[in-house]
Amino acid sequence: MANLETNIAGVSFKNPVLTASGTFGYGVEFADFIDLNRLGGFIVKGTTLHPRQGNAYPRLAETPSGMINAVGLQNKGVQYFIDHIYPNLKDFDTNVIVNLSGSCVEDYVTGAEMLNELDKIPCIELNISCPNVKAGGMGFGTQPAMAAEVVSKVREAYRKPIIVKLTPNVTSIAEIAKAVEGAGADSVSLINTVLAMAVDAERQRPVVSTITGGLSGAAVKPIALRCVWQVYNAVKIPIVGLGGIMNATDAIEFMLCGARAIEVGTANFIDPSVTMQIIDGIDDYLERHGCKNVSEIVGALKIS
Amino acid sequence: MKKSIKDFSVVDNVRLTDRLFLLKLTPADKTPMVECRPGQFVEVRIDDEPKVFLRRPISIHRILKERNEMWLLVQKAGNGTEKLSLLRAGNRLNIVYPLGNGYTLGAPQQHYLLIGGGVGIAPLLETGAVLKEMGVRVTFLLGGRSAKDLVEIDAYKAIGEALVTTEDGSVLEGLDCQKGFVTNHTRLQEGVFDAIRVCGPGPMMKAVARTVAGWKQNEQPRFCEVSLENRMACGLGVCLCCVEDTKDGHKCVCSEGPVFDIKELKW
Repeated sequence: MANLETNIAGVSFKNPVLTASGTFGYGVEFADFIDLNRLGGFIVKGTTLHPRQGNAYPRLAETPSGMINAVGLQNKGVQYFIDHIYPNLKDFDTNVIVNLSGSCVEDYVTGAEMLNELDKIPCIELNISCPNVKAGGMGFGTQPAMAAEVVSKVREAYRKPIIVKLTPNVTSIAEIAKAVEGAGADSVSLINTVLAMAVDAERQRPVVSTITGGLSGAAVKPIALRCVWQVYNAVKIPIVGLGGIMNATDAIEFMLCGARAIEVGTANFIDPSVTMQIIDGIDDYLERHGCKNVSEIVGALKIS
Repeated sequence: MKKSIKDFSVVDNVRLTDRLFLLKLTPADKTPMVECRPGQFVEVRIDDEPKVFLRRPISIHRILKERNEMWLLVQKAGNGTEKLSLLRAGNRLNIVYPLGNGYTLGAPQQHYLLIGGGVGIAPLLETGAVLKEMGVRVTFLLGGRSAKDLVEIDAYKAIGEALVTTEDGSVLEGLDCQKGFVTNHTRLQEGVFDAIRVCGPGPMMKAVARTVAGWKQNEQPRFCEVSLENRMACGLGVCLCCVEDTKDGHKCVCSEGPVFDIKELKW
């Protein structure tokens, strides 16, 4: 058995397999299917300072090898998380990471300050890339200056590592990554969903209530790999890769492109036990390739 | 209630009409199925990419404990169910189950009306069977476009009285069969039931809800519950795609439903 341990900005993960925000609830929803403590970590549902109802139904369209969602960050707010969710999560023997989103810089800062107090949360994932909210969200992640501003303000407010989640819906994701690195981000995770649209031809209507939504699933993997590779060649901070990872081979591909850890998202809907198979599959791969440590394959893509 | 992900073996796939089929399944490893409640559903994995990516939610039609079998009554509606219709005995089907909350069950001596429209009759067979075992008197009111859409009627009749409506006026012999929608049936208009359980197309369930709301307060059944089928992905309450806008805010149909008391809904 190879050593699967990995490290992101000083936080130690027992393996590189995390779950993506918004696809794994608060972890407990999967307790019947997997041993949560075997995960490298899980990232809880996107949380905002104030509660949000999210967008109107319908919020889902199935697309070729993927799906479009238009949830719009439905959540009960940071205080509710602290009072009602965190107490149930703090005894897990895995890293529980909070995904924090906001509609203005002040909301991000206040939310981050409140999360400072949670001892068992080792770091936050700062979501500047949600495509489904009108104010903020992806708006912060599409301009280098805006991205840098929100990251630097949260950096001042939050004492532990910050992973900044990036959107692929930009001209140059490497530029955004460099901007947030310069502003004090400890790591970047990418990609969030791809802005997309589905149409019902018979009814001559958009399928989701917001007309456009975020595409995820196997269909986005090639885009995500390209983004991870570009960012790997642009920044020094560690990368958490995600986007269409359905199995261990997909996960390995992200790591070869430079991801030090990966997140499994939509695949959890297809197989709620898939994360366990991915952990085992990475181990098998390392054995077959004679690697003692998972770090040996990070960025090991041969290009000549 | 513990959920499970399991490979099932197809025992039989019975073609009932050109659109409806009955899948009989048993755990491939022969272990006993986990306990399911009437009105709960399963998510089946189709695996026919790129066309079919997500699992398909299907309500539990019947649980046969002594045979360790689960039956699903399925209607061909798209690529996913089309693929399911092709399954043959011996094929495998991966299932996540049981999901959702199911119907609230009654007490002995009560009289329940179970109303189903189209393939929405599916969960009512198991619901009726369990209620009957509890000593509840069960009446079914089943609606279809035509008499031939009302499949497995003998199984329903074996549990309780079966009332029928057909849109085209075709009749099933030996049954109180009336022309129109379920809401047109004279017995529903009389309205003397302790509880009503409904599953069917949205407009039909809304029409039943309006009928029930029109009854005088002392004639109202204590509970009228409907089963929703909003478009969903995970089935576990995590993707938040299948929400219904209730009086108490957005609720996940998969994990907080699919069964809701009509008083909770903004209908």
